[in-house]
Amino acid sequence: MCGIVGLFLKNPVLRPDLGRHVSAMLAGMTDRGPDSAGIAVYHRPAGEGACKLTLHHADPAHDWSALAGAIAQAFGCEVDAEVRANHAVLVADAGEAALRDWLAAEAPDVRVMGYGQLMEVYKEMGLPADVLRRHGIPAMAGTHAIGHTRMATESIVTTEHSHPFTAAADMCLVHNGSLSNHNRLRAFLRRRGERFETDNDSEVAARYFAWRMREGASLEEAMEAGLRDLDGFYTFAMGTREGFAVLRDGIACKPAVLAETDDWVAMASEYRAIADLPGVEDATIWEPRPAVVYTWKLD
Amino acid sequence: MQTGALAAEDVRALNGRLHALPADTNQRAWRVINPRGAHAVAVGLTQELEVVVDGHVGYYCAGMNEAAHVEIRGHCGWGVGENMMSGMVRVAGNASQSAGASGHGGMLVIEGDAGHRCGISMKGIDIVVGGSIGAFSAFMAQAGNLVVCGDAGENLGDSLYEADIYVRGAVASLGADCVEKEMTAADREKVAALLARAGIAADAAAFRRYGSARTLYNFHVDHADSY
Repeated sequence: MCGIVGLFLKNPVLRPDLGRHVSAMLAGMTDRGPDSAGIAVYHRPAGEGACKLTLHHADPAHDWSALAGAIAQAFGCEVDAEVRANHAVLVADAGEAALRDWLAAEAPDVRVMGYGQLMEVYKEMGLPADVLRRHGIPAMAGTHAIGHTRMATESIVTTEHSHPFTAAADMCLVHNGSLSNHNRLRAFLRRRGERFETDNDSEVAARYFAWRMREGASLEEAMEAGLRDLDGFYTFAMGTREGFAVLRDGIACKPAVLAETDDWVAMASEYRAIADLPGVEDATIWEPRPAVVYTWKLD
Repeated sequence: MQTGALAAEDVRALNGRLHALPADTNQRAWRVINPRGAHAVAVGLTQELEVVVDGHVGYYCAGMNEAAHVEIRGHCGWGVGENMMSGMVRVAGNASQSAGASGHGGMLVIEGDAGHRCGISMKGIDIVVGGSIGAFSAFMAQAGNLVVCGDAGENLGDSLYEADIYVRGAVASLGADCVEKEMTAADREKVAALLARAGIAADAAAFRRYGSARTLYNFHVDHADSY
């Protein structure tokens, strides 16, 4: 069992409070996943040509300013570092791929949680409320966010096995369920150059969708293809630069509820997570249909 | 009127109060406020109580109900009225999957839509849905009636034993061993009576009937001598 949530704010007036609302949603799913929690928040765009990386180090006292200095020297650019518990957000005027390659070579104990222009990803073991508080999520503004509370079934409980899984710039996936063909699919994707960081089945789904989109598929086409290629149980929520998407397998035995008002769209494993959103009493509330792709995009 | 406010009282305590009522209680009218998606609200009732739940609920609301009348003025998570024995459960909004699962008796009314697996393994319950139902509904149903005013999703009545299914709208597809059957005058009378009891206005003559072709039965009475 796991809990997943997604919140997409259509009304800009609500965006300063994204973190507060999505934190309440995620904490509301603690019963479904007390092992670890993670969240991807879309906000604070990095400037033109710049890249934003969310990094993690197991040591909470890790010297992030030294790392930022080393990157600045290596790339001859300005690097801004903001530390949040054992995560740090680095914004650098450099290419995302080059930065990640440099980190893999020069700072192998630093884990890249997310990258792109907008997305920041924080995930850690522990109760959702604690993870959210430690990383200052409730105070964050933004347009949309997706989150996950994990009760592990397929692989061990560690920070790196927590969701969301990032597989492309500004793209991440959370998953409630389990895949039965992830080993074969992982081998298939490895042969096509995808690199994996864990043995987690949900990471395979994230990299599968990213691979499809790199091959030219739209978000909707990638998810439609997933209905054919992913064998198992799933409710997915995917975050992208433009918005978010929801997909359930054709049997749909993993729960999901959608709610929409003029101001926002919310997705959660259970209604409890949505119960405190402003204006929920007037929301349209329904269960997403099996094997139907739902997407919302920014204007 | 007794009130259970679920912000101040947890579900277990509220259900405990409902279960502890003596048979001769005069506290028969209850209102549950602030459910906020809580699971297992008003489960296991065994008396003639009138319980109104004012808001949306989570899983298994009014499960195992016996004799009580439970009205949910909101939407339901999955398993509303599951395994109910008698009484009436009414949902003003939509219900998620497995509504009325394994129900032995009584009536479940969903004024809005029901998700997939509505009436799965139903064993005698009457379910009336004002809107549409999702895929795999009435899977392995054994007895009872499922009346759907809207459409039905894929694989309706898959591996059906018995039970009568009446659908007014379109059926996306029938499951294994489920076939359309003749809608007789007796069927129309039965559907009209079910709709009247459910308080849902619809013309019984507009429904089509579906049921078991009985080809998947392991035991066939004609082969009784062979066993």
